[in-house]
Amino acid sequence: MAPRQRGATDPAGERELLSAGDVARTVARMAHQIIEKTALDAPSAPAVVLMGIPTRGAPLARRLADRIRDFSGVAVPTGTLDVTLYRDDLRRGPTRPLETTKLPAGGVDDRLVVLVDDVLFSGRTIRAALDALRDHGRPRAVQLAVLVDRGHRELPIRADYVGKNVPTARSEEVHVLLEEFDQRDGVVLR
Amino acid sequence: MNTLVLKGVRPYGEGPLSDVLIRDGVIAGITSHDPNTDPHTDPHTDPNTPDTVVDGNGAILLPGFVDLHTHLREPGREDTETIESGSTAAALGGYTAVFAMANTDPVTDNAVVVEHVARRGREVGLVDVHPVGAVTVGLRGEQLAELGTMARAGVRVFSDDGHCVHDPLIMRRALEYSKALDVVVAQHAEEPRLTAGAQAHEGANAARLGLQGWPAAAEEAVVARDCLLARQVGARLHVCHVSAAGTADVLEWAKARGTAVSAEVTPHHLLLTDDRLATYDPVNKVNPPLRTAADVERLRQALADGVVDCVATDHAPHAPQDKDTEWSAARPGMLGLQTALSVVVKTMVETGLLDWRGVARVLSERPAEIAGLPDHGRPIAVGEPANLTLVDPAATWVVRGADFASIAANTPFEGMELPARVVATVLRGRVTAAAGRIPA
Amino acid sequence: MRHLLGTEGIDPADAVAILDTAAGLKQSLEGREVRKLPTLRGRTVITMFYENSTRTRVSFEIAGKWMSADVVNVSSSGSSVSKGESLRDTALTLAAAGADCVVVRHPASGAAHRLAGWLKDVGTSVVNAGDGMHEHPTQALLDAATLRERLAGGDATGQDLRDRRIAIVGDVLHSRVARSNVHLLTALGAHVTLVAPPTLLPTGVGAWPVTVSHDLDAELPSQDAVMLLRVQAERMHGGFFPSAREYSIAYGLNERRLGLLPEHAVVLHPGPMLRGMEIASSVADSPRAAITEQVRNGVHVRMAVLYHLLAHEEENA
Repeated sequence: MAPRQRGATDPAGERELLSAGDVARTVARMAHQIIEKTALDAPSAPAVVLMGIPTRGAPLARRLADRIRDFSGVAVPTGTLDVTLYRDDLRRGPTRPLETTKLPAGGVDDRLVVLVDDVLFSGRTIRAALDALRDHGRPRAVQLAVLVDRGHRELPIRADYVGKNVPTARSEEVHVLLEEFDQRDGVVLR
Repeated sequence: MNTLVLKGVRPYGEGPLSDVLIRDGVIAGITSHDPNTDPHTDPHTDPNTPDTVVDGNGAILLPGFVDLHTHLREPGREDTETIESGSTAAALGGYTAVFAMANTDPVTDNAVVVEHVARRGREVGLVDVHPVGAVTVGLRGEQLAELGTMARAGVRVFSDDGHCVHDPLIMRRALEYSKALDVVVAQHAEEPRLTAGAQAHEGANAARLGLQGWPAAAEEAVVARDCLLARQVGARLHVCHVSAAGTADVLEWAKARGTAVSAEVTPHHLLLTDDRLATYDPVNKVNPPLRTAADVERLRQALADGVVDCVATDHAPHAPQDKDTEWSAARPGMLGLQTALSVVVKTMVETGLLDWRGVARVLSERPAEIAGLPDHGRPIAVGEPANLTLVDPAATWVVRGADFASIAANTPFEGMELPARVVATVLRGRVTAAAGRIPA
Repeated sequence: MRHLLGTEGIDPADAVAILDTAAGLKQSLEGREVRKLPTLRGRTVITMFYENSTRTRVSFEIAGKWMSADVVNVSSSGSSVSKGESLRDTALTLAAAGADCVVVRHPASGAAHRLAGWLKDVGTSVVNAGDGMHEHPTQALLDAATLRERLAGGDATGQDLRDRRIAIVGDVLHSRVARSNVHLLTALGAHVTLVAPPTLLPTGVGAWPVTVSHDLDAELPSQDAVMLLRVQAERMHGGFFPSAREYSIAYGLNERRLGLLPEHAVVLHPGPMLRGMEIASSVADSPRAAITEQVRNGVHVRMAVLYHLLAHEEENA
C-alpha cells in the first residue's frame, strides 16, 4: 500500500492529520514532556500514574508508560478510568455500555495522576473523569495528556501535554485510530 | 286497535320477502311482500293504514330473543346497571325476555324482592323481566330459600348463580322440591374447594402468567353429580354457562341416558380463549373463565348438535373501579346483551354450524321452553304472540362499550368488528327498539 | 428499555448487557472509599411494597442511593396503600408526585403489567420486584449474574450461560423466582431442569422449555448449579405435600446430595432459607453455596437495571 499523503483527502471524505509514524513520534515527544515536567526520574520525584480514559485513552496510557520506561528507566504504573457513570449527557443518547475501571496497585492517593485521552474537545469527558477520580481517592495532583486538542472547549479545562493542536469545525469529527482497535495507527478528520 | 306492519322481511331468513301484519300484539297476517303499497298513507283518511310500519329491507325475522342469564344489578348496584338501562340494552340486543339473576343486594331470595324486580321491569316495559329466585337463603348454600312463595310470585327459574349449590344434599333437595312447582333449578357448576383462589383456566397460560388454576374438572364434576342427582329424583336441571369441553361430554352422556338436563353457553365462551389473559386486563376476567381453543371448538359443536341447548349472555355489568384493577382484585363478568346476536352469528352462522332456524332455536325457542315461557320463542305464524326480532345479517359494526345502553362498559369485544345487527325488536306488537334506538 | 416487567421474552443481548453493566459496577465500586455514583442524580425512584420483603426493598434502596437517585419507600403499613386506595390511584399519585421509576412488589400476578399500562402516558418506568406467582426478574438477573461469575471463574463480560445445566428445586408452582429464572436462564442458553413433586409443578408446565423431574438424586450429577426455592409452610397445610420431613427427605439438599454434585457446581437460594428443610445448614454455609454473593450481586444488578431504565434518552414506548 502506498503511503498516504498527509493532508490528502481520500474518496471517503477522510483527511489524514497524523500518520502511523507521526503517532509514534508524537507519543514519544509527549513521554519526554511528562518526564521533564513531572521530574519523575528525580530522586525526590512524586509517584506518577497514568490513567487512560477508555476506550482509546487506555492503550495510549500504556504506550506512554512504555516510552517513559524506555527513556527514563522508570516504570510508571497505568490504569483505566471509566467515566460513563459520571457523564452529564447520558440522557442524550441510547444506553452506554460501561468500560473498565482499573486502578493501579496502590491506588491514586497522594500520587500525581496523569489522565490520558485521545481527543480533547468540549472538556466534558475530563470533567467527568475528575469527578470519577475523586471517588477513587485523593491524588496529590492531576494533569492531562491528550493526543489531539481540537478546540471548542465548553468548560475551563486545558491539557498539560498536547500531541497536536488541530483547528476544526464543530461539525467535523476527529478520529484517533490505534492498532489495538482499528488495525492501524493514525489520526483522521472526517 | 293497534296495528304494526313489518314490510319486506324474511322469516327465519327463508323464502321470499313477506309483509307481517300485527294486530293487538298478535300476528294477524303474513303475506307476500307487495312493494307497491304505500305504507305511509294517512291513517286518518284510510282506516286500513297501520299505526306503525317498519321497513325490513329484506331483514331476517326471528322470534324475540330470550336470555336465561342476565345481571341487571338492581337492587344494589344501580351505579353499574338498572332495570331500566339493562332493559334498554336487552331491547337493543333483540331480547324480548330476560331472566334477572338473584345476586342482587338484597339477594332475590324472597317474594318482596321478586315482586320489586318484576314491577320495575313492567314499568320500564321494554322487555319482559323475569326475576330469578335464589335457591338458598342469601346464596349461602346452606338453607333452601322459600322457593314455593317465590314461584307463586311468578319465579320460573331458581339459581344461586355466582355461587355453586355445592352441598350435594342441598342440591338434591332443591331439585326434588322444585318438581312440585314446575320450575327449573339452574346450577352455577363450580366445585368451590377445587377453585379456591382460582384466577384463570388451569392450563399453559395460567401456568405462564402465575395465575392460580381453575380446573375444568371443578365444573365437570358438579355437572356430572347434578345430572346424577336430577335423574335420581326425577327433576329437571339447567346448567349455567358451560365453559369446558368435558362438560359437553358429560351433558351428552347424561342426555343419552334420558336425564332431563338443559344447558346454556355464553357468547364469550364461544369466541374468546385464555390467550387474551396475557395483558392481565380484567375485562377478560369472567366466571367460569375463558378456556382454550379446543374448549371453544367443542362448545360450538355442542351448541350446533343440541348437546348445549341455548345461548345465554351472563351479562354482568361492572363499575370501572371494580374492573380497572390488578387481575386478582377485579370482579368477574362481561357485558353481553348488545353483542350476543353478533357473536352467535360470527361463531355459529359464519362457520356454517347453524342456520337462522338454528339461531332462533338457541337464542329464543329453547330458552323460552326451558323457562316455561308460554308467549316467547313461538313460531312466526298467524295467531302467535308478536314477540319478534328483526336482524340485518349483512351489517357489520365495531363494538364500542361506551356506546352501549348499559351504564357499565366492560365489554371484552371492544374494538372488534362484528357481523349482523338488530334492526328492530317487537314486544307484544310494540316496537321496543328500532335502528339502534328506543322509539320515543 | 422503559420497564422491567419480567424476563419472559427478554432479548438475550439485553440480558447480557445488564449482566455486563452489573459486573462493571461491581468492579468499579470494589474497594472504593466513596460508594456513590452521580449517575442518577435528580431522578426519583419510589419503591411500593405491598408485601413484606426487607431484603428486596433494601437491595433496591441501596442500589438507587448508590446511583444518587432520590429513593422514597412506600410500604403497605401506614400509607394510603393500607387505606384501601386502589393500586391505580396510588400509582398515578406517585407518578404525579414526580417518580421517574416505580419499583413494585405486589401479591397479585400481573400487577406490574397493569401499573405500566396505567403509567403509559406519564413516562414513569416500572420495575417488577415480584408480582404474585408470576415473575421476579431482578432475582433471576442476580441469580444469572452469580452463576456466570462463579462458573466463568474470571472475567465473564459478554458471556451468556450457553449449555450450562441448572436444576431448580422446590415449589415451582407458586414461585415467581422459578418462572423468571426459567425464562432468563433458557434465554441465556442454559438447560433448566425443574425438580419437584407433581403437586408443586403447574399444570401446563409441559409447554415450558425445561426438563421436569421428580428425582433429585438422579439429576444432581449432571448439573452445573442447583437452585433451591423457598417452601412456604402454608403449602404444607394446603396438602401439596404430606410433611416437612417427607419433603426434606425427597427434595432437601443435604450433605450426601451435595456430594452427588460435580466439584464445580454452585448452590443458590433466593432466601429466606428454611434451614434443615429445603437446605441443610452445613450446605448453606459451605463454600459451594453462593448465597451471600447472590445478595451482594443483587445490589449491582438492581443498579444496572436502574441504569438501563433511567440513564438514556426518553423513549416513545
